[in-house]
Amino acid sequence: MNSLQIILPVITPIAGASIALLLPQKAKIQAAIGIATFIATCLAALSLLITTNEYGYVKLELGGWQSPFGISFVADRFAAIMTMVSAFLGLSISIYATGDLTSTLLKRWYYPLTLFLVAAVNGAFLTADLFNLYVWFEIMLIASFALMTAGGSKSQFEGGFKYVAINLIASAFFLVGLGLLYGKMGTLNMADVALKLSVSPGGPMVNSSAVFFLVAFAIKAGLFPFFFWLPASYHTPPISISALFAGLLTKVGVYALIRTNTLIFTQEADFLRGALIVLSLATMITGVLGAAAQYDIKRILSFHIISQIGYMTLGLALFTQTAIAAAIFYTIHHIIVKTNLFLIAGIIIKKTGTDQLGKIGGLYKASPWLALLFFIPAFSLGGIPPLSGFWAKFALVKEGLEQEYYWSIVIALVVGVMTLFSMTKIWGEAFWKKSPDNAKPMKRLKHKWSLYTPVVAFSIITAAIGLYSQPLFHFSNQAAAQIMSPDSYIEFALPPEYVEHIRSLDNISIETPIAAHSTKTATNQ
Amino acid sequence: MELLCSLIIGALVAASVYCILRRSIIKFVIGIAFLGQAVNLLVFTVGGLNQGAPPIIPADAKTIIGSYADPLPQALVLTAIVISFGLLVFTLALAQRATKAVGTDDLEAFRKTDS
Repeated sequence: MNSLQIILPVITPIAGASIALLLPQKAKIQAAIGIATFIATCLAALSLLITTNEYGYVKLELGGWQSPFGISFVADRFAAIMTMVSAFLGLSISIYATGDLTSTLLKRWYYPLTLFLVAAVNGAFLTADLFNLYVWFEIMLIASFALMTAGGSKSQFEGGFKYVAINLIASAFFLVGLGLLYGKMGTLNMADVALKLSVSPGGPMVNSSAVFFLVAFAIKAGLFPFFFWLPASYHTPPISISALFAGLLTKVGVYALIRTNTLIFTQEADFLRGALIVLSLATMITGVLGAAAQYDIKRILSFHIISQIGYMTLGLALFTQTAIAAAIFYTIHHIIVKTNLFLIAGIIIKKTGTDQLGKIGGLYKASPWLALLFFIPAFSLGGIPPLSGFWAKFALVKEGLEQEYYWSIVIALVVGVMTLFSMTKIWGEAFWKKSPDNAKPMKRLKHKWSLYTPVVAFSIITAAIGLYSQPLFHFSNQAAAQIMSPDSYIEFALPPEYVEHIRSLDNISIETPIAAHSTKTATNQ
Repeated sequence: MELLCSLIIGALVAASVYCILRRSIIKFVIGIAFLGQAVNLLVFTVGGLNQGAPPIIPADAKTIIGSYADPLPQALVLTAIVISFGLLVFTLALAQRATKAVGTDDLEAFRKTDS
């Protein structure tokens, strides 16, 4: 179905950010615009989700240029639910930030930057053009660079520089992959590339692009061995910023991996899939071991982002419909739970004035409700039934057993237990242990409502997904079914006569760019 | 022409890798600038280098016969140049602030936030 709806989750935050930049820079005005825009974005994303769920796909050809010539946006169920989650995440964090950030940050750049960030993330989810994906990635990067260093503490500049450095290199890899792919295929429209590759497998020529993409997205997603920037930088900015990053940014890398590897690079995929399984398992193990060695709440949580990313890419690597559905379920569950844990860590740090577990204690006595709120996402992350993480892991493990990847499953389960160990470490140290003698007296929170509202909302969602997982699972399964049939995506995104024309050519020569171009022009009649 | 461009791309990448692996933060930024140029040139080159063949369909034909200069890679490169320029300026500013914050431009000293 053609619809303008698809562009709204991208346009709305950009418009809101522009307005916020123009209006007087007072904390209250900025916060009001930020929250109002995120509410509007949520509604736009929700309407897109409903339409997508009804029709299967939604598309928009920008400027009226027909695919594959113009830039188009295509939403399938996976893209739509990711957009919904990111908009909701933005809303929650924009509420949390009013109680968390200093007024200098709130007054000036925080809201416009987060709005741009969410707009770029939504753009990356919805676009159907690889170069456009690159542009959204860059917008996302520049907004995240500014947020990462916003506030300007020493450690932020240091951590921020590492973050910037590795991301610039990742972008270069992405662009090289794009350039080579264009040289071979003469197009960058995802559906068009997929269509041409399905007619005429590019073999090793296309694998080079696939590997460049894999490296670029693996850096962004934080896969082994490219993840070292993540624990070195995510703990440095204020919580309202690092929670947004923790929830959203690495998952854009995972999304791009799933999209490219299921739609485009499906011909010679065995080679990549083998690599992905090894990378995923190594990611899980190194992430969880890194977390076990830490005694700083934010760093423990940062390392757990990495180990959880491994589960999502393992779902992709197993490459069956159920496994992809598990990966989608896992991604959604992870975004909600991980953001929530960061927000709760923020409350703990605000209360006690430190993020070192050794100096914190007695929180269970001091604030039992906070303990309950921490309990839900922490043990969901560890995979304790009936919380959402259990179902995510269960689906993945079950599919792994059916596909007879026994070693992967053993590692996934062991890593699950070790995740639980980390969470019980935080639980035992911060909540159950007596407050150490030299601890500072706990502060009363000033902005209770704005801090607790998002946390409570996320915890309720986590519990709800856990207790009543069927609807989300059903949805993930449908999304995975769409992802596993790239032909339906191709036939939806491109005009039928064009698809027929390309398919009637039994072999497109894609060795030289010129040949690819002339087939393109030949159809432009 | 393609061969010459390939050699230049190779040289630029080699230079950028060398600079990126140095310990000085400013050399790192120079390396990133080289890398950006190399990638832009690569995207430009893989589109095919055709001299004096504008992508214009003759009035009496429906399609171009033979090779032509593809305008799309040029448009892509233009976008990529703008983006890499903006990011480079940001990186330079950040490098300056980071150097001040850490107190040296030696990347060996950037270890406090690692774990």
